[in-house]
Parts: sequence; structure tokens; C-alpha cells
Amino acid sequence: MKNLTTEDFVTLIETAKASKDWQPVFDIIPYFSFLGLRLEPSDDKLICVLPEEKKFIGNPTLPALHGGVVGAFLESTALVHLFATQEVTRLPKIINITVEYLRSGKPIDTYAEAIITKPGRRVANMRIEAWQKDRNKPIAAAHANFLVS
Amino acid sequence: MSAEFDISQIQNIIDHGIPHCAEIGVKVHDMDADGVTFSLPYQERFAGNPISGVLHGGIITTLIDTAAGMCIYARLQKYMPIATLDLRIDYLKPATPGEDVFTRATCYRVTKQIAFTRAIAYHSDPDDPIANSVGTFMLKSSKGTPLNEAAAQRGKS
Repeated sequence: MKNLTTEDFVTLIETAKASKDWQPVFDIIPYFSFLGLRLEPSDDKLICVLPEEKKFIGNPTLPALHGGVVGAFLESTALVHLFATQEVTRLPKIINITVEYLRSGKPIDTYAEAIITKPGRRVANMRIEAWQKDRNKPIAAAHANFLVS
Repeated sequence: MSAEFDISQIQNIIDHGIPHCAEIGVKVHDMDADGVTFSLPYQERFAGNPISGVLHGGIITTLIDTAAGMCIYARLQKYMPIATLDLRIDYLKPATPGEDVFTRATCYRVTKQIAFTRAIAYHSDPDDPIANSVGTFMLKSSKGTPLNEAAAQRGKS
């Protein structure tokens, strides 16, 4: 890793919050870069995009995205939401996640949005939903708890 | 349809039948009716914490989801299309940067349509796990080609 300190990371988050440009944060998190994670341009919403990539396929005959990648994308979207909406003094830690797979994910762009169902002082309870072409036809949903302080 | 469950055969299925697992480098150690043991070598590109290098939870989710699915084939001694319905993971402690992650998955109940799995992820001691998981899978989820046949076709081409 590149000798990054928690202070550097918090500064990056603060800068991203002010500029609404999250790319520098995504670039510094190796797994976010692996996913090719980006934000859908929007003034009021935080919608993450998992771009279409052959390397995310779990079942080539359908074809369908690997369930693990979908789960990872939901977890990542929750983290981005925490970065953007909460006072971040350290990297939130995931406690647990339950992923419900609703439809098979096609190998096309996938979108996700998170909401905080309960913003606790120590734990944030989140709900996250992912969809592809039609927001009303989610491919997966998850709830997760994160330790935030 | 013949079900072959020797380790090199399973490794071949992962390398040719599951592109995402081939990409991340899932390794097969053990696969029999009692369960499966897979591993993933530590790679910096899967770190979720840029300060410490601790792996992102999502990569552990992926390893567990793969092993939990495969342990159903081992239990049934046959391949068929399956789909994850539900997967819960508790992250018990952070993975140690630089260390490989192992997962042991078992299928503890199968009905005509549904299989129930348990899995843990660990470094060297299964009694000191990184993550604990339960999953539910639907059997015969599509009319597609079973994984072993699909992998054989792709391996040839």
C-alpha cells in the first residue's frame, strides 16, 4: 500500500464531499478500482455503477454476473453512501451483510443505491438495492451493518 | 452426465467455467460429499482498506458464494444449474493483509428444489474464522448447460 494515513484518507473524503468528485477516493481503494466503480452523474442521488465487464461473469451459459460480485458491489455502494453522508473519521467496517438475489444479473451495466435505515452513533444499518435496465426490477437487495466509530 | 470430483477436474471447471473465479484466482483444495475447501491468494488489488491493505469484504463474499455453490454439487454428486437465493455473511475479524484466505463450505440440507449451506473463511485455523456464512440456493434454476459440460466445451474451444 502507498503509505496512506487515516488523516490522508479523511482529507480525500472531505475534498470529494466538497467537490462532488469521488473518483480520487475510488482510485485509492484497490478493490473499487478492480470493480471499475463509478458514480452516476446526479445532483441529489448517489447511484453507483458497476460497468459491464466479462471478468464479472459467474455463469457464461446464461450468461449471468457472479453473485459474489453483485454482493461486493452492494457492499461498496453502502460504503460510498456512508462516505458521502456521514461524518467520516475512519474507514467504516462491515459487520455483516445479507444479500437477497432476486433476478439473475446480465453482463451489462448494473446500478445500485443505498439508504441508511438507522444511522446509529456506532453502527449504521443500511439497505441497498441493485438493478439494471429497469429500476423497478431489482436484481439484488441487501441489508448490512457497518461499524462507523 | 458424469460427475467427476477429483481436484484437477474441479480446478478445470473453475478455470474454464466460471470466468470471475478464474480472474481472481480461486484454488481448489478439497471437494467431497462432506464439503469443499477453496482458497484465494492474497492480492493487493482486492484490498478494501487503502491504509492497511485489509481485503474488501466483497472478495470474501465472492469466495464464500463460490464454495457454497460448489459444495452443493459435491453433496449431490452431480452438476445442475443452481442460483443463490440468499447469502448472509458475518465478518468476525479483518483478514490479515498478505495472507491467503481459505473457505470451507458444507451443504447441510437439500430438498427437491432448495439447498442450505454453511461456510467459514479463515487463514490457517478453521477455529479462528474471519467470516461465518449461511446460504440458500435454488436447484435447477435454469435450463442452461451444467457447469461441468459448459467448462468442457469452453476448455476445448
